[in-house]
Amino acid sequence: MNADRKIRIGSGLGFYGDSWQPVRASIERGEVGYIGSDHLAELTLAILQKDRARDPSLGYARDMLPMLAELYPLGRDRGVKFMLNAGGLNPQGGAAALAESFRKLGLHAKIAVVTGDSVLERIDELIAAGETLAHLDTGAEISSVRERMVFASAYLGARPMAEALARGADIVLTGRVADAALFLAPLVHEFKWGWDDYGKLAQGLTVGHLLECSGQASGGNFGGDWQSVPDIAHIGYPIAEVSADGTAIITKPPGTGGLVSFDTVRQQLLYEVHDPRNYFSPDVVLDMSTLKLDDLGDNRVEIKGASGKPRPDKLKIVGGFHDGYMGEASLAYSWPDALKKAKATASIVQTLLVERRVKYDELHVEYIGHNALFGAIAESDASENLNEVFLRMAIRSQDKRVAEGFRRNFPWLALSGPPFVTGGGIQGTTELIGIWPTLVRRELVETWVKIEMIEV
Amino acid sequence: MKVRLNRIAHARSGDKGDRADIGLFAYDAATYAVLKREVTAERVARHFQGVATGAVERFDLDNVWALKFVLNAALQGGGSRSLRIDNLGKTMGAALLRMEIDAPENLPRLSARSAD
Repeated sequence: MNADRKIRIGSGLGFYGDSWQPVRASIERGEVGYIGSDHLAELTLAILQKDRARDPSLGYARDMLPMLAELYPLGRDRGVKFMLNAGGLNPQGGAAALAESFRKLGLHAKIAVVTGDSVLERIDELIAAGETLAHLDTGAEISSVRERMVFASAYLGARPMAEALARGADIVLTGRVADAALFLAPLVHEFKWGWDDYGKLAQGLTVGHLLECSGQASGGNFGGDWQSVPDIAHIGYPIAEVSADGTAIITKPPGTGGLVSFDTVRQQLLYEVHDPRNYFSPDVVLDMSTLKLDDLGDNRVEIKGASGKPRPDKLKIVGGFHDGYMGEASLAYSWPDALKKAKATASIVQTLLVERRVKYDELHVEYIGHNALFGAIAESDASENLNEVFLRMAIRSQDKRVAEGFRRNFPWLALSGPPFVTGGGIQGTTELIGIWPTLVRRELVETWVKIEMIEV
Repeated sequence: MKVRLNRIAHARSGDKGDRADIGLFAYDAATYAVLKREVTAERVARHFQGVATGAVERFDLDNVWALKFVLNAALQGGGSRSLRIDNLGKTMGAALLRMEIDAPENLPRLSARSAD
């Protein structure tokens, strides 16, 4: 192998519903060989579960269909391959829909489908095999939520995806996998890294972690001097240029907006990692404390020095269980006394809930324009003279009728409540999903992992 | 002098289950040393009283001048069951940047600001 050979991987989506327009520049001008697309935030499976409950053929991230219809032809002549976890709760259903879409468009591709992450149907079997599946943080027993579980998926690693690439896949579609593994897999495949070469795997995982949130490593959602980020309208998603030893340059396509700098890259480095010395993935445990970030200028940041520790014996499962319903409503109050009036209305509604003996688990009141985002930390300096305040109230109840009936406490207040009120945004009722993180011995999941190839 | 963190640091926040996860970044080594001294887990827990009910953990990353704070029991049970608009704690980084600490006047960012 040519030691100077570099693999370029670009970010796809960072969540279900993200924009793929910036990916065009990565393909057309970024010389990428791979796009890794992360459609599954932690709570996305809760959204997909609701889809699947309505229609069993659904349960995958449907945005991948128009995305690949547009991007796959663009990348085909350049040999660009796509790694996506858009299969969600139903990778096979997603692959079937994708194949159907490609046939209609006259597109040809080898699609690999990775399954085996979903363990909902195997919970009893896992318990019988000695797993408690207790809540990872609280230690609570799974029996408390067992009957209400609506999904449970293990985070798979890069291995089945690398194998799918070795079998010639153009598109690798998975369900739940570690987000960063979408990017680690092509590197292992291309550079033939060993699964025990933890230093290189740690570098690859770092690259994946930096790229899994689309624009967040190229100046998006930059919680520093955000006004210094140029031309966000045409932001370029990050691209990693990786060498065989794992050293990587994070950059973005030429002629795009955004900013790749020491500051924007390190913000993403620490994003949602908990302990940066022990960032767990199915393939390697990453220690970020030895990393060296070098801002080379011109939107190029070099990353090297990651340390890796052996992969864990257990995989993480995240399950979701039905946890009641939310009913919500809002009303808008103008100056004068905007906040006072909104507070008075909240108090009126609370009085009625008590008098009518409405049973609920929790009532949440927030004043948009004053404290909806900061809650108890909000300062009240300016609250006397606010132009306007939205009152938003939300109730949680195990009883769907209570959640649905909650909004009926509001319309009458337009004519009979405090003055200068408008914009009664009466929202619907939302099913709430509690999250159940737990661990499982990896062999109890990995023996069930399958790769299926579909040729269109 | 009393300084709000947003004058000398930047931040990003997100979620993991019921935890809020906040990265706090110094622009320079001198400020990083001040952050390490002043922005303790205990102070952050006090700052978020009424928002996060669990313990606060701090992890230091000297190589990138960053402190990572993990706020347990901070999201009403997690994003898909929270009743809040900011169910994912995306703005909690900003809430941390509002915290005031004692800092020497000669920190690079402070003297640069006063010069313009």
